[in-house]
Amino acid sequence: MIRFENVYKRYPNGRDALASVSFRLERGEMAFLTGPSGAGKSTLLKLIALIERPSRGTVLIGNRNTSKVSRRRIPEFRRRLGIVFQDHKLLSDRTVFDNIALPLVIGALRRREIGRRVRAALDQVGLLGFEKHFPEALSSGEQQRVGIARAIASRPELVIADEPTGNLDPGLSREIFGLFERFNEVGVTVLVATHDLGVIAERDYRHIRLAGGKLAAADSS
Amino acid sequence: MGRVRHLLSLHAQNLLGAMGRIARQPVNSLMTIVVIAIALALPAGFRILLNNVQILSGSWEGVIDFTVYLAVDVEIERAQELMSEIEARPQVADVILVSREAALEEFRSYSGFGEALDALEENPLPHALVVRPVNDLEIDMLATELESLAGVDFVQLDTAWVERLGAILSLVRRVIDMATALLSFAVVLVIGNTIRLEINTRREEILVIKLVGGSDAFIRRPFLYTGFLFGLAGGIVAVITVAVGLRLMASPARTLAELYGSTFAIAGLTLPQTLLLLGGSAILGWAGAGIAAGRHLRAIEPS
Repeated sequence: MIRFENVYKRYPNGRDALASVSFRLERGEMAFLTGPSGAGKSTLLKLIALIERPSRGTVLIGNRNTSKVSRRRIPEFRRRLGIVFQDHKLLSDRTVFDNIALPLVIGALRRREIGRRVRAALDQVGLLGFEKHFPEALSSGEQQRVGIARAIASRPELVIADEPTGNLDPGLSREIFGLFERFNEVGVTVLVATHDLGVIAERDYRHIRLAGGKLAAADSS
Repeated sequence: MGRVRHLLSLHAQNLLGAMGRIARQPVNSLMTIVVIAIALALPAGFRILLNNVQILSGSWEGVIDFTVYLAVDVEIERAQELMSEIEARPQVADVILVSREAALEEFRSYSGFGEALDALEENPLPHALVVRPVNDLEIDMLATELESLAGVDFVQLDTAWVERLGAILSLVRRVIDMATALLSFAVVLVIGNTIRLEINTRREEILVIKLVGGSDAFIRRPFLYTGFLFGLAGGIVAVITVAVGLRLMASPARTLAELYGSTFAIAGLTLPQTLLLLGGSAILGWAGAGIAAGRHLRAIEPS
């Protein structure tokens, strides 16, 4: 599902964020991307979401070479991807329903289908009944669950998450990781960048560890 | 079918959303709309006035006759002699003798000074000859020749002032055309600037939409609607402004026309003109928003 082949990323300011990174994540697999701050976790995820492009090397997502995706095709590419952000990136002037519906509206689904999928996504993250709330009325754990619901509403095959529990206490973090596990159980490929080592140590998943922009370990589970 | 319906509902949502955003900042929106309206009402109003002047002067256009006024002491016999003499010239197509009595009668009925004229004891008007040349070439030369004939007081080229008025009007029309172009450009800039500000305040939202896969067209659409609505609203206010302005002018214009014994009334915006103004302003709004969105949306990319 994800294949990095000898990927380098140097930012315009000269900083080398990734160097010679190669790994594979198979379809249906779940992995944690770990490493200290500045190790290149965010950069790696940005390469997957086409927010950044590799300086060298190849990134393949679902057998599609991302360097062949033109600027015009990026939106369509991102629609097949679920992205969860540390700061959830919810729109504060829209209801929970409208936030989750956003990728579906973009994807030109029918109104009735949108309603069904939004409710299904809310059900999966345990927030059924919160449709009409505004994000600011929710706790930060709930907001993150809304962000996750938005990422899975369009039923992507691949979900990536950048520090989804960065602002949460361990109890809430466990809940969030539990959600990702459940998506994985139904076949979704999941890659979660985190430094919440305590919580993931309890879990038996593959770790892809970055250090100083290089792959320190990419052991299979 | 479903796709079309989806697009329609998306456009309807965008339209409602744009209305909502305009209404949420009533003072700023109103100021923008008024600026647009003024920029549109000025050229539209002047154009209407110009059209009215042209309607008024239209009946005189193409006139190349000129009038040969004889000296006041010239008797009717000499006038008839002069008539035959002028008629014999090859450049002259026709000559009509207007006796001083006929001239007074005509003046009485058309000038509106009828009663005042009755008070005169003597007819102050001379005999006159209305000369129609074969063509409008060398009229000036003919006029000079006629002026030198014995008994002729002066020759008045009736065409001269009509031509001058025509020239002034086409100059004015050109000035209005340029003003229209400049002010239309100003409307595009005003709306473009409004949209630029709106894009800046909605930066976060645009980033999120891009991150979840919104295309450029999807992101641009609400801004285009906002520009369209600003343009249309400005056009509506401009139409109202012009209509009110003409209404305010109607009464004094009628009084003036009556003083000249005319039934002239100011012509307002016709339906096609109104539609042209509204459509044009909406298109200018759309264009201004499109330019601003094209320039500024591209710069907002997630990083």
